Amino acid sequence: MSEYLYLYRGGESGRTPEAAEKQMQLWMAWLSDLGQKGHIKDPGQPLEHTGKVVTGQAKTVTDGPYAEAKDLVGGYTIVEAKDIHQAAELSGGCPILALGGAVEIRPVMKM
Amino acid sequence: MVATLTRIFGVHNLALAEDVVQDAFCRALEVWKFRGVPDNPSGWLMTAAKNRALDVMRRQRIALRYAPELGRLLDSEWTLSSALEAAFEPHAIKDDQLRMMFSCCNPALPANAQIALVLQVQCGFSAREIAAAFLIGLAAAEKRLARAKKVLAASERLFEIADAGDFAVRLDAVHRALYLLFSEGYHGASSETAVRAELCREAIRLCALLLEQPLAATPATRALYALLCFNAARLTTRIDASGNLVPWGAQDRSRWDRRLILEGERELEAAATGHEVSEYHLEAAIAAMHTRASSAGETDWASIVALYGALLRLRPSPVVELNRAIAVAQIEGPERGLEALRAIGDPEKLAAYPFYPAALGELELRCGRPANAREHFRAAVALARNSSERRFLERRVAACAAGTIVALNEGFVEDAHVMQKMTPEIRRRATQV
Repeated sequence: MSEYLYLYRGGESGRTPEAAEKQMQLWMAWLSDLGQKGHIKDPGQPLEHTGKVVTGQAKTVTDGPYAEAKDLVGGYTIVEAKDIHQAAELSGGCPILALGGAVEIRPVMKM
Repeated sequence: MVATLTRIFGVHNLALAEDVVQDAFCRALEVWKFRGVPDNPSGWLMTAAKNRALDVMRRQRIALRYAPELGRLLDSEWTLSSALEAAFEPHAIKDDQLRMMFSCCNPALPANAQIALVLQVQCGFSAREIAAAFLIGLAAAEKRLARAKKVLAASERLFEIADAGDFAVRLDAVHRALYLLFSEGYHGASSETAVRAELCREAIRLCALLLEQPLAATPATRALYALLCFNAARLTTRIDASGNLVPWGAQDRSRWDRRLILEGERELEAAATGHEVSEYHLEAAIAAMHTRASSAGETDWASIVALYGALLRLRPSPVVELNRAIAVAQIEGPERGLEALRAIGDPEKLAAYPFYPAALGELELRCGRPANAREHFRAAVALARNSSERRFLERRVAACAAGTIVALNEGFVEDAHVMQKMTPEIRRRATQV
């Protein structure tokens, strides 16, 4: 088993309480299903949509990242899978996909 | 939560309070998505709302004008946090809910707007749910809410229970609103499911809140609470498994909620103090009779007629007259009952009430005139307000051929005919009115 990082990009879950509640249920169902199958290393956290970016030798601090909403990372999860193909397959149930969002899958580098 | 935040921001910032709550809620869900729902979600939400309030206030301190009575404390960073902490204490939250309830029941607003406001800001109903509850369009519900909120916002500060001169008047309005809220749920005049237990539960919850505040816990409040308990105890048996209305006489009494009945009995007992006999005392006394009887047959109709008589003197209403007439029919026979029905003072007010022709039909049937009865039941079917009522009344039309008699079925106030014994004190008062 290897570890993979899921980065959730885009996919605004809606500002009404009803829509948000629906989304929460879908996510919880998906993640607990993965957990029961032993694929969850760390369920992860949602991220604020604001932040700072520090760049260069000068360590310039700017507000951001102001990526487009559809590219913004909104949260992460660390999963365990047999290989990248299985990790990709497992992400297929992520509710973010139905909202036009994306799951970026990155293998955690091993020594 | 909206009540507490409104207390902090000032009632003129009601929309902001609602935004903060909604925002806190959505953020909480975002976290729960990943971490699961915590053991104490409401405590979590409270904390989230408090933190959001702090954020908003730090960001907008200059732009915001807070509640006048808290403004000074909230304006300074030194006291902001502790003032907010105090406002989120459990007892403070309860006080705020009461203040909010009294503020919503502003006599300047029509009763249905008061209830809509209570449902939204205190019970968290969306405009869509309120529209469904009142069988009005979404746009109409939004309009009703917007107008009501404007009146509320204009009052600038929440109703202060302790030092208000018109407290008694306001308390009456609050009673009325809770009563209507409950009966809206109980009657289900406006919905597919004839009983919407949720509305009833909210009415009971808010009424219990009144009982916790010494000034608001008047005998009338206790009587109202007792009435709601008695009726709620019978909520589950009012509709059968296939969604049909079950007349009280045919309900399975063993399924009535004993705990609620006991609670009702206790409050009714406690309500028997002071000089006031409210309409809620009388209605609760009638409802108590109903729940005390071991079967529909054991009925002290004379006492029921007397109670309805007292209720009529206190609050003249054709619906109460209708129910009194039904009780009269039980003692003096269907012909006398029909006479009493025809003698109702304001029959045009019953023109849309299906149980008026239904009562006429039932009594005609008992007099052995099935053809007349069928006409009345047909008229009743045409007035049915939901499919449960319609199915019930259609069965009555069909029953006319067979001549089957059922116990008369009535609505909320009136749903009470079985009287075994009254609390002596209530009986004494009832006869004094």
